[in-house]
Amino acid sequence: MNRINLQHQVTGWLLLLPAMLLLLAFTHYPAVATLWHSFFSTPKGSRPASFVGIENYQVMIDDPVFWQSLWNNLYFSLGTIPLSIALAIAMALWVNGRIAGRGFLRLSYFTPTVLPMIAVANIWLFFYTPQYGLLEQITGFFGLPSHNWLGSPSTALGALILVAIWKEAGFFMIFYLAALQQMSPVLAEAAALEGASRWQYFWRVLFPLLMPTTLFVLINALINSFRLVDHIIVMTRGGPDNASSLLLYYIYQVGFSYWDSAYAAALTTVLLAVLGTTAFIKFRFLDRRTHYQ
Amino acid sequence: MNRPEQASEHFGRGGYLLESAAAWLLGLLWILPLAYAVWTAFHAPEFSTRLELGAPLTLQNFANAWNAAPFARYFLNTFLLVSMILAAQLVLSTLAAYSFARFEFRGRDFMFFLVLLQLMVMPDVLIVENYNTMNVLGLRDTLLAIGLPYFASAFGIFLLRQTFKTVPRELEEAARVEGASALQVLLKVYVPLAKPVYLAYALVSVSHHWNNFLWPLIITNSVESRPLTVGLQVFSSTDQGVDWSIITAATLMTSAPLLIGFLLFQRQFVQSFMRAGIR
Amino acid sequence: MKKTLLQAWSCAALAAGLLLSGGAVAQTPVELTLYYPVAVGGGVTKTIDQMASDFEKENPGIKVKPVYAGTYQESIVKALTAYKSGQPPQLAVLLSTDMFTLIDEDAIVPIDSLATSAEDKKWLGSYYKSFMSNSQTGGKTWGVPFQRSTIVMYWNKDLFKQAGLNPDQAPATWAEMTDYAKKLTKADASGNVSQWGVKIPSTGFPYWLFQGLTTPNGALLMNEAGTETYFDKPAVIEALQYWVDLSAKHKVMPGGAIEWGTTPKDFLEKKVAMIWTTTGNLTNIRSNASFPFGVAMLPAAKHRGSPTGGGNFYVFKKTTPEQQQAALKFMKWVTNPKHAAQWSIATGYVAVSPEAWETPEMKKYVAEVPAAAVARDQLQYAVAEFSTHDNQRVTKALNDGLQAALTGAKTPEQALKDAQREAQRILKPYQR
Repeated sequence: MNRINLQHQVTGWLLLLPAMLLLLAFTHYPAVATLWHSFFSTPKGSRPASFVGIENYQVMIDDPVFWQSLWNNLYFSLGTIPLSIALAIAMALWVNGRIAGRGFLRLSYFTPTVLPMIAVANIWLFFYTPQYGLLEQITGFFGLPSHNWLGSPSTALGALILVAIWKEAGFFMIFYLAALQQMSPVLAEAAALEGASRWQYFWRVLFPLLMPTTLFVLINALINSFRLVDHIIVMTRGGPDNASSLLLYYIYQVGFSYWDSAYAAALTTVLLAVLGTTAFIKFRFLDRRTHYQ
Repeated sequence: MNRPEQASEHFGRGGYLLESAAAWLLGLLWILPLAYAVWTAFHAPEFSTRLELGAPLTLQNFANAWNAAPFARYFLNTFLLVSMILAAQLVLSTLAAYSFARFEFRGRDFMFFLVLLQLMVMPDVLIVENYNTMNVLGLRDTLLAIGLPYFASAFGIFLLRQTFKTVPRELEEAARVEGASALQVLLKVYVPLAKPVYLAYALVSVSHHWNNFLWPLIITNSVESRPLTVGLQVFSSTDQGVDWSIITAATLMTSAPLLIGFLLFQRQFVQSFMRAGIR
Repeated sequence: MKKTLLQAWSCAALAAGLLLSGGAVAQTPVELTLYYPVAVGGGVTKTIDQMASDFEKENPGIKVKPVYAGTYQESIVKALTAYKSGQPPQLAVLLSTDMFTLIDEDAIVPIDSLATSAEDKKWLGSYYKSFMSNSQTGGKTWGVPFQRSTIVMYWNKDLFKQAGLNPDQAPATWAEMTDYAKKLTKADASGNVSQWGVKIPSTGFPYWLFQGLTTPNGALLMNEAGTETYFDKPAVIEALQYWVDLSAKHKVMPGGAIEWGTTPKDFLEKKVAMIWTTTGNLTNIRSNASFPFGVAMLPAAKHRGSPTGGGNFYVFKKTTPEQQQAALKFMKWVTNPKHAAQWSIATGYVAVSPEAWETPEMKKYVAEVPAAAVARDQLQYAVAEFSTHDNQRVTKALNDGLQAALTGAKTPEQALKDAQREAQRILKPYQR
């Protein structure tokens, strides 16, 4: 019995090993190394790295660009996540329902997922261009004043949020669609019999049942809001005056154009802390309240 | 499949028109960038900023874009990259998921926790350290370096573990009685039952890595190892300003395989998601 | 068994290696790898390939292998990582502003340690002084100018005519430019502007265009050693005030940050009558403009002025003396008057020495494209492109300040004082 058990254990470990090794090498090790390196200075020329304690973090606290990027990222998350999820649910309900031309709609909602962000960002750049850009042509048609959408600190981040929502909603729709199609029609019939309106049916029946999906999508949306920077590289480069700089974009700048890897490590540590905290909250609290089947 | 539609009838047709209008408005908005890309790519540059019916069609933009960068090479690179990542992900995730779903060993829960961590702490944010690692391994500027951090996928492991757990143990025991080894059981019993999950996962993975940009940008610097997205970037960062005609042509060219793929398989795509029970 | 096999293999490999290297010694061609910053194929790579093979024909002992390394940013990354791994290119064309970075990384050889003869000294003096100012610091020369550019103003002659201005006369001073721009700005009753007077782009590298304002105003932004900046000097603040006023006060330029990438298109779409951009845009505008246009020097405040831009040759350390001498030979050859002229005509970059402009080919080109000479004439007023130690970071401090002022978030004075404080903080370790 013991021997069999041992063999069982060994087999389990062996199956797990290849994936685990790669995970350790490219996720856990770099995460730990990031923390470690954030306590050292950046090696330069003939000067090797030396231990500097929390100096990089002190610099960070005094760095207005860091704070702005962090706040921007927060607004960016708050702006993209709820809206893209709400739109995704609406899209899924529509495409799942009896709306005319849902084949076309399904395709059109999903296209942003397929198009590379780096390329469509250029197209959005045209949409936002003052004077002859598409948005301006439309607002101009209605006699509204011209606006420099990407060039004004007040609208640059909002313009990028819109692009992110456009990119994400269709992808999330697929998950909702899959969930909706598995729901029993009996539910809707029963609700209708009891005289529930479509609105009530959605909030009282559908939405709670979609909760696991929403949670999954929420996590994905959150990660993406810290990971998506392609459109920033093309459209604003974080400007004007850092108005649209996000945390990962700033890390990219510090790491690969200032070549200050130690400071980049400190910044990454903050990003990891943010993601880690959300992971903790998710596993600790949210998972308990959702009904897994 | 059709039942939810009938269900919606129970709620009258009051908001139907209004909702249709909203759905269509959103649909048109969502396809607008693609529509613009098609318009601009097939017309001369002077029409890139105005819609003029009857403007002469041209393929010149595609020719220019194709000649501006070694796209054949980039296509090959992206194709190799995506296939390599997918193959590695499928194999590694299957093995790990099987282990988590059906084996009991010391430290399993902790290992699973470590795996789940990657759902949040994904390689995309660890660019600085992974860059150093690739440097040490001497892999910088190779396709392998682009793919390596993504080979082990927490998402894939998680997904397949859930699926494998729903497989009745009797099936495995029956196979075991016939003398099948653990790997044979996995291949003969579990994998076939998880087909829709594999398909759904493959589609997500392919579309993600086809379009991934930041990491390949950082880790590569030669034509031999750069994927399409990085190749596309040369059009957006020129001294001479943006040329939308070429950009849109290049965009269509590079995303055509995915677009056509989705067009052809969208039904299977959604169904596999549905059956995979991804949520 | 295993061991012996391994030994056999390594013996064979060693022998083969010896044979190969022996063969190489017998022929002794010096090989040069040249990193060249171009991301895409087409015209420029063909010109470089052609020049490399022409050079090899005239110098049989040297082989030049161009490696097309992407954008400037990618090229320096590639060159520095190759250097750190012990296999640098012998030669690279990188931004002139990368000089301090390369010195701080201890990666490049001073050119005057290679060019020691009297003839060599004379050769180093043959370039335009304004190009050399980005190549020299601490009494040493670190780079040789090659593909260089400068900022010029393009104007739409049709729109000038419509506004009742002389279509062949660009504004020569700041006051004139404001004045012209006012006449060229068209707005409807509700204040919606359909045509702007002027656009000076302010994304990507606003500091460079800002130098087009500070230089005519008699202000320098940094010292030659790259350890100090002068952002808060009155003349600098005045220059920024002028820039801000163009939109805030005179309403002849759109507010907010103006995208560099779309500015040429704005000009081609006739949405703006005058733009400031690089000489490198000449070909683009020449082939796409549906209207006659002119190219002019930047308008003067106290005098004319513009920064230079573009790339220099650098020779890398960790290379043999023979390779370094061969590199010197190549740089001399490719920038001599004949080839500099050939290069300038093929690419649109500014030919780097006065003698190049005296060659018959160049004279013929200038007769055909008078606009090309504008950049040359401006060179006598030109200064070095802004560059310091920890260049990218200091530059960002300035860029952020400029954008803050242009978007109205800060006054010009406040923005530049903040930028100066930040730059001082960054440069402190270098001020010893």
